[in-house]
Amino acid sequence: MMTGTLKKIMYNCRQATFLIEKKMFGKISAAENLQLQIHLAGCSVCKTYQHQSMLVNRLIAGFEANNLKLDDQFKISLKERIESEMNKN
Amino acid sequence: MAQEKQDFIAGDKNISDPVNWVDTYADYLYHFAVSKLRDEEIARDIVQDTFLAALQQLKVFRGESSEKTWLTAILRNKIADFYRKQASKGLREIAHSEREQQDFFDNENGHWNALHAPKAFGVETDNPLMMKELGAILDGCLKKLPPLWFSVFSMKHMDDSASEKICLELKITDANFWVIMHRTKLNLRACLQKYWN
Repeated sequence: MMTGTLKKIMYNCRQATFLIEKKMFGKISAAENLQLQIHLAGCSVCKTYQHQSMLVNRLIAGFEANNLKLDDQFKISLKERIESEMNKN
Repeated sequence: MAQEKQDFIAGDKNISDPVNWVDTYADYLYHFAVSKLRDEEIARDIVQDTFLAALQQLKVFRGESSEKTWLTAILRNKIADFYRKQASKGLREIAHSEREQQDFFDNENGHWNALHAPKAFGVETDNPLMMKELGAILDGCLKKLPPLWFSVFSMKHMDDSASEKICLELKITDANFWVIMHRTKLNLRACLQKYWN
């Protein structure tokens, strides 16, 4: 028989999502991992959460902005600023 | 003074004329800053601060590293300063977010509240256009985070810092660190769902 507390933890989505986040950086115990696996086996909403949380990580890591450049006007004023700072000294 | 600086510059092959810095390094530094901050306005300001700080430090730079490496190191420090400054704005927000998070889950049993339960996005992750679109939405979501959360999350995800280092730099406990990481992700995911559909 499952104890009340264990049952509570296993069916607690707040706790499960917390463990999902912690696990991504490899920091949960074997017992916590077991709790999480049991929870996920029976909770499709948290499984969706897990997928989407990983998607967020992927989007963050996949940052690409190859054509990202400062605009010319900003560069011109920046150059002027540097020159005037140099002349101050 | 000016002459002294000119001589110093002329005498060291590793240092170019600061007037040329903008043409040579500005785009590179800007790209670097945006990748860490995901905000073009803030990145511009920080690039400018970097050049001005470099001018001040010109005399101490001995050309032991390349000019690019040196400028990047100054930029890194500026970004770290920004994270710290943002974080110091928001220690009280932990209490506030505590309340906010009750919206996501039932307070009694910890189940998802129906309104906030994750729903499938219907995203094809191998579709680069879709991923790009989602990425743009996510950048908007990042801007809406409480400053402390933004710093913690960025240092971990974009700057790849160790958790211990983040706690130390931002003066938060290990427990707070994980609470913030969890809530930030709940928040970003919910924000994506809201604006994607």
